[in-house]
Amino acid sequence: MTKFTLNGKTVTYKGDANKTLLWFVREDEGLTGSKFGCGVAMCGACTMHLNGNPVRACSTPMSAVNGATVTTIEGISSKVANAVQSAWETLDVVQCGYCQSGQIMSAVALLKNNPSPSDADIDSAMNGNLCRCATYHRIRAAIHNAASQLAKEA
Amino acid sequence: MNLFRFIPQPLKVSRRQFIRVSSLAGAGFAIGGISLPLSVSGKAAEDAPEKAVEQAGYGHFIKITPDNKVTVVIKHLDKGQGVTTGLTAIVAEELDASWEQMHWEFAPADATKYNNLFWGPVQGTGGSSSIANSWMQLRQAGAAARQLLIQAAAKKWKVSAADISVSQGRVKHTSGKSFSFGELANLAAQEIPPQNPVLKNPAQFTLIGTPHIPRIDSKEKSRGKAQYTIDVKLPGMLRAVILHPPRFGATIKSVDKTAAMKIKGVRQVVETPRGVGVIADSYWTALQARNVLKVDWDESLVEKRSSSDLWREYKDLAKKEGGVVRNDGDVNAAFNNADKTIELAFEFPYLAHATMEPLNCTVQIKGDHCEIWTGSQIQTLDQGTLAQITGLPLSNIKVNTQFAGGSFGRRAVPDSDFVLDAALIAKASGLNVPIAMQWAREDDMRGGRYRPMAYHTFKAAIDKKGNLSAWHQRVVSQSLLRGTPFEGMIQGPVDPTITEGGHTLPYHIENLKVDAHEAKVGIPILWWRSVGHTHNAFATEVFFDEVARSLEQDPVEFRLKLLKDHPRHAGVLKLAAEKAGWGKKLPANKSRGVAVHESFNSFVAQVAEVTVNKNGSFKVDKIVCAVDCGIAVTPDVIKAQMEGGIGFGLGAVLGEQITIADGKVEQSNFFDYFPMRMENMPEIEVHIVKSAEAPTGVGEPGTPPAGPAVANALRHFSKKPITVLPIGNKIDLA
Repeated sequence: MTKFTLNGKTVTYKGDANKTLLWFVREDEGLTGSKFGCGVAMCGACTMHLNGNPVRACSTPMSAVNGATVTTIEGISSKVANAVQSAWETLDVVQCGYCQSGQIMSAVALLKNNPSPSDADIDSAMNGNLCRCATYHRIRAAIHNAASQLAKEA
Repeated sequence: MNLFRFIPQPLKVSRRQFIRVSSLAGAGFAIGGISLPLSVSGKAAEDAPEKAVEQAGYGHFIKITPDNKVTVVIKHLDKGQGVTTGLTAIVAEELDASWEQMHWEFAPADATKYNNLFWGPVQGTGGSSSIANSWMQLRQAGAAARQLLIQAAAKKWKVSAADISVSQGRVKHTSGKSFSFGELANLAAQEIPPQNPVLKNPAQFTLIGTPHIPRIDSKEKSRGKAQYTIDVKLPGMLRAVILHPPRFGATIKSVDKTAAMKIKGVRQVVETPRGVGVIADSYWTALQARNVLKVDWDESLVEKRSSSDLWREYKDLAKKEGGVVRNDGDVNAAFNNADKTIELAFEFPYLAHATMEPLNCTVQIKGDHCEIWTGSQIQTLDQGTLAQITGLPLSNIKVNTQFAGGSFGRRAVPDSDFVLDAALIAKASGLNVPIAMQWAREDDMRGGRYRPMAYHTFKAAIDKKGNLSAWHQRVVSQSLLRGTPFEGMIQGPVDPTITEGGHTLPYHIENLKVDAHEAKVGIPILWWRSVGHTHNAFATEVFFDEVARSLEQDPVEFRLKLLKDHPRHAGVLKLAAEKAGWGKKLPANKSRGVAVHESFNSFVAQVAEVTVNKNGSFKVDKIVCAVDCGIAVTPDVIKAQMEGGIGFGLGAVLGEQITIADGKVEQSNFFDYFPMRMENMPEIEVHIVKSAEAPTGVGEPGTPPAGPAVANALRHFSKKPITVLPIGNKIDLA
């Protein structure tokens, strides 16, 4: 049996240990904010935080999450998360929006570790998150915007 | 049966219908026996008052309810291009509503009310036409609804309508008293709508054209709350996947489903004309079961050629004259009298749309009703497909349009392929519960419907005075329209989408010829963001620069010289060049390139700036873009579409290609198909030309010029012009 914390709530899972975290969260727990994009950790649409670090849930087996703390887009509520999400809204980053939960989860993790990232830092932290609408231009601006917002509040 | 000829033909869009409806739209919609897009009339008054309280309807485009919400019914699919914001803004403007009270919902599938006015009796989204075809329709609806509110207030107050004004969602009398829209909703529903609502003069616009109207879908999409097809949850819903044949056109000979059926949670394995469906309790389970299916395919009708075979055949075809689509002056005479000639050939690969949401459709066939939930782009065709599969009338087929996780043309499928997969599985299963059919990324990448391969040859003549005297372009590609319900749009000898952007070349050249061949290939293809312009803009603009280079002319000056009769092309070109500092000195390792192109009646010029390293590797640093799309309805959305269109076009030119080996698609996922990522995205600056022309589209027109602008910039360092795509991350230095 796998037991872990999902957005602050204890959840358990019995079954195929190879099943991935993404499908457990989406179908068993009904949290659909994290998206399926590639199934092979190449697009980042499914990004969640596992013990605070961004992971690709589509390629994280349930056997790897026992005892862990998992946060999805539905469960983020930190100062950093708020700054990131309001920057996304202020700058109207989204287009189709499908990849944006993953983008936001990667951006939040980046800013938690690095409060004032350079463009190169953003490139390396965000390069695994594909956006076919190519909203990269605004994602970059929104991350800078959130960083300066957080710096003002600090 | 050849699967890719499995095409429903519910409605033919003929050129005649196309013209009839478009001209009506241009002349104002409330004429010629077509009803005003506001269908309240006296009906609400006849209904029970409590029903009217529940929902005072304002026709099929606008609902104003007592809670003071204005809901705009969106007849188009929003796949990221922002039409929910744009169409809502058009209504809000004429209605003088406040932006905060505006809401929206997707329209049901009903072509009698929600057809695309440019397409005849078909409801659908494409060709960057959403704002353009809806412009007058929604302005009229908004203005009529505003008039109804004024009439209702005048009656209530017993005053003259002339003393009433509307602004920011309030209906005000000169005495100072006022009503919210919500307070007047029920009364207004009993008024007779005006036959010719008075529209604002664009100079009176207070919302349209303001720099940043907040996107109406930003919040839900930034919070993981927006619902896409993949998120639809319904009681009793099962999940399904499909195993497509490894080669296009194959059918099932036999299926061994023993191992699959042993997996717990698997409900059914079904055979369909498009592949083997697996229905299970969860997607994960269905996928595991699919992995252990053993299928013997009948490949007697499949396409078995490889990309290399196709290139050889395309090049052979290009030696002969094709169907002539444009022939100005006397090209042969000009070539005979030429002082010199310039020749170039271009190769464009197949491209995948690779929408971030792998294609999917949820379907329920229950009794005499069929319902789907999907990001439907041509609802009428999807309905037609379902009618054909189920034998039900169109009116019994309900389409619940969902947010689409990207499309770029992929969801506008003449034979509704992914909707078909879902429907065929549901039908074969005999189950009456909802079935959510989901493609894996590999199904999506290998599912066909690519931007077609294209081979272009060019020849230009320079006369003795040093003028560009002749231009001959020949294209070989597959037809997008032939054999589809859109075949009626082919008027000339070849499918016009093959040469679009080429046969409409704006440059003044006395002798100009464009001809083309339709190659017959069994790889299914589809329009891909900006359709034929994707390859024609690249080929024509890169070749044009080669001509300018050979004449030692500045690329901007030379273009302007030949664009005398095309002020809107010239306008964007001048603006982009000015903003980019064209002609200003750059460091030795940097250069600029330019391209200008019209598509879907919008005009876009871009100047690219690149840095090229000593080993030939390069980076696109910046793109300065100027766009003329008529009246800019929502300028920030226009900017976003230019930014995204550039990223999409550039990604393809730099890294994307689908290749075929013995009929099989070689790529399968994002480890071997390479769209634009963050690290390669250039800085982008967008400038919008002020215009009083009716608005035109922006979803596609940003894409075509990006590639040639970059290729023309790289040409300053490259040994040869860039003619084979994708470029990759390195060029051969001169």
